[in-house]
Amino acid sequence: MYKLVQPPLLFESSRPGRATAVLPACDVPERPLDELIPREFLRQEPPPLPELGELDVVRHYTNLSTLNMSIDSNFYPLGSCTMKYNPKRNERMAALPGLWAQHPYQDERTLQGLLAILYDLQEILAEIAGLDAVSLQPAAGAQGELTALLVAARYFRERGESRGQVLIPDSAHGTNPASAHLSGFEAVTIKSDGRGLVDLADFKAKLSDQSAVFMMTNPNTVGLFDPQIREIADLLHAKGGLLYLDGANMNAILGIVRPGDMGVDLMHYNPHKTFSGPHGGGGPGAGPIAVREHLAPYLPAPVVARKAEGEYYLDHDRPHSIGRVRSFFGNTGVLFRAYCYIRSQGPAGLKRIAQHAVLNANYLKALVEDVYPVPYDGPCMHEFVASARAFAKERGVRATDIAKRLLDYNVHAPTIYFPLIIPEALMVEPTETESRETLESFAEILRAIAAENPELLHHAPHSTPISRPDEVRAAKQPVLSWK
Amino acid sequence: MAYIANTPDDERIMLERIGLESLDDLFRHIPVELRLKHPLDVPPALSELELSQVIGDLTARNQGADQRVCFLGGGSFDHFIPAVVDQLAGRGEFFTAYTPYQPEASQGTLQAVFEYQTLICQLTGMEVSNSSLYDGASATAEAMLMAQAITGRRGKIVVAETVHPEYRQVLETFLACLEPRLEVVPGPTGVVDAPALEAAIDGDTAAVVFQHPNFLGRLEDARALVAAAHAKGALAIVVVDPVSLGLLAPPSTYGADIVVGEGQSLGNPMSFGGPYLGILACRGEYVRKMPGRIVGETVDRDGKRCWVLALQTREQHIRREKATSNICTNQGLLALRAAIYLAVMGPRGLKLAAESSTRKAHYAAQRLAAVPGLELAFPGPFFKEFVIRANVNPQALLASVLGQGYHGGIALGRFDRRLADCILVAVTEKRTSDEIDGLARAYEHAIADLTAAAPPGQRGKPQILASAGSK
Repeated sequence: MYKLVQPPLLFESSRPGRATAVLPACDVPERPLDELIPREFLRQEPPPLPELGELDVVRHYTNLSTLNMSIDSNFYPLGSCTMKYNPKRNERMAALPGLWAQHPYQDERTLQGLLAILYDLQEILAEIAGLDAVSLQPAAGAQGELTALLVAARYFRERGESRGQVLIPDSAHGTNPASAHLSGFEAVTIKSDGRGLVDLADFKAKLSDQSAVFMMTNPNTVGLFDPQIREIADLLHAKGGLLYLDGANMNAILGIVRPGDMGVDLMHYNPHKTFSGPHGGGGPGAGPIAVREHLAPYLPAPVVARKAEGEYYLDHDRPHSIGRVRSFFGNTGVLFRAYCYIRSQGPAGLKRIAQHAVLNANYLKALVEDVYPVPYDGPCMHEFVASARAFAKERGVRATDIAKRLLDYNVHAPTIYFPLIIPEALMVEPTETESRETLESFAEILRAIAAENPELLHHAPHSTPISRPDEVRAAKQPVLSWK
Repeated sequence: MAYIANTPDDERIMLERIGLESLDDLFRHIPVELRLKHPLDVPPALSELELSQVIGDLTARNQGADQRVCFLGGGSFDHFIPAVVDQLAGRGEFFTAYTPYQPEASQGTLQAVFEYQTLICQLTGMEVSNSSLYDGASATAEAMLMAQAITGRRGKIVVAETVHPEYRQVLETFLACLEPRLEVVPGPTGVVDAPALEAAIDGDTAAVVFQHPNFLGRLEDARALVAAAHAKGALAIVVVDPVSLGLLAPPSTYGADIVVGEGQSLGNPMSFGGPYLGILACRGEYVRKMPGRIVGETVDRDGKRCWVLALQTREQHIRREKATSNICTNQGLLALRAAIYLAVMGPRGLKLAAESSTRKAHYAAQRLAAVPGLELAFPGPFFKEFVIRANVNPQALLASVLGQGYHGGIALGRFDRRLADCILVAVTEKRTSDEIDGLARAYEHAIADLTAAAPPGQRGKPQILASAGSK
């Protein structure tokens, strides 16, 4: 992959008059264009797009692709992102015209197969969550959070209650407070305790009849399961609040515990993580939400429903719904792959995912924690967060230096500097699809790096297509397009 | 089948190393009363062969654009997708990478996104584009929030009724818990009532939102609408169809402040509504209020040109509740597909796609308007979609047309009861003159059959369900 030269920009390869023939000439009777559309609406010149031959385009993108690390080519232990293997069979299924050639406003009688799949997926996601009703509409995890908070806001409004606060642990993803703000709530931060769990005393102190929702990530972003969840749910429910689960870390608990059984009232899934949707260089994802029965009326419309005689339809008639959070049905392509994945697993397969995700994380942690201390110790779930604070203090080597150096060894870096409560954090999530050899080799690399010359690390990476970029310059003198 | 690499031996060795006896012990710190006591009630596992049979059978029950000639639009279009797009975007190095947090190992994705941003600027004439958002509707909502942040105005957002009804619903959902209210300006003639729009804008209006070409296919008087917004200090947000920009004047030429749109048409399949591509571009001065990821150019330590995620201090992982948006990804793969599409089509290819679509749409409008019982509902300049009014029930009509092999249009009564006798028809460059002639014949047969079947007293135009004003 490395040593390749970065190709020029598309625009720099453009040559006037070069083109790829894709479309035929128009076969309806030709009339002057300005008879169809008045001249004032038309552009004077064609858009200034690059002019390229087909082979130019093919080489350009083929060469670009080789500058990326990816799951298909590298171990990618990016914590919190669940970079597991994306099965090829799901891609073959998603390439069927029975998915891609379907228009969102097609007659429902011509969509029965797809609606059956989506209906089944709603049922399956409700079962895995231990909750009652599902909306597949949200386009991403962050939109799922927002949708769930809008559902909660509507629920309280219909009950005549005005509650202005959403409680969020300090270890939470940044999307949680941002979503709370967008849905009109004030975000109130709950501290973590010395174990990396919710500080129960702080939670109790801040819990009031103003508390609408507590947004909990469990297992949390430190990689720990918070056993206080039932107690938290009971305290919250006694005050009339709702417990939300950020489902980012569902991979660790599939078939082990169900959010609904622990007192969760509403949650979102990240099917691109838990159910292996390809991350696509930053999307698309999806963010379906699951809720308890009493919140179901507020879900976005439409949902897939089934008539007594077995016909599937889109139920738009939901008078208490919060409305829509996006156009059309949802990120069907992502949901469809999740369905293929779940159908390939079955009940035992889903549980094995959680077991091996947790086994791999604990094994890897055991192999490295003497060198990379894990501040909140104890058995981890699917990921663990080590701290490079000691390196930083003693040798001036920061988390980012370690991350950059890993790239030289042809593995992707862990997530760094998150969660915010751990200084110099290195958040490692190996996932269940990696082998013991891969984990052992990664551990050896980490141990080798720990012994390397700090100077070498400060200047790492050395073998990637570029060395460290000047991010300050990118922020101070932003150049955001080619001119 | 869990794609698990560990063998039973590995499992034993690993458990031993961490001092446990069984996989169950991994979860012993979870209170036993919380743990699930039975297997999940989900269908049994399928092998790859079985999966392909089950999914093959289910998907074969759908009859989309591959089986019936597709004249459906309304924000999702059956444009042609060159093979190059599927082949290149399907490369695992793009497909199975994530957000380029490590720029040294992500230059492929970063350069592709930088090029996407540039292509969107070239198409729209705007100065900056972000790396994409979820879809056209959520991009419109994000633009609305952005306009509020820029103007500091909290009073209202004025939106044309001729904006896609689902987009307007999304704006309403977003505003349900925030201060501004949404004021909808009617469009009784198929374009927004410009004087009414002007009157609706006041000194506390953050933005005016209109779509051009609009939901009904018609071209709006964009210049006048933008001028009306600017006269009161509001921003103009325009929702565009990117393919139309192969032919129509770019939004920069009529003064738009923020341009949004649905990028599905640029090389992305319809896929029953998603995943799609939210386009958002704006004037350079607003870049720091822009939501979503943005890629910028810089140099590495050796002075070599390269690309990184730029201006991240706007984003949720740093700003948390003070962020410009809660969005933490883009639609990377769909943006990549759009960029490859534009690269392979080039200026002349995109122009041809736009021109062929508009010529064929006009031919179709002419053919359908000549069918007894059909007429154009909103005559006037349009791009690739138009509305026909029928003298028989549109649902029955479309069902009959479907039976003859055509997805003949969208019955608009589902969005607005005042349009209960109307059908929205979309024509892309993929449709041939034979298919269009066939559609006209199918409508003609269907109307003849339905009229013959209806009792004499119910002929004519009884299908307008509600008077103007109700929705």
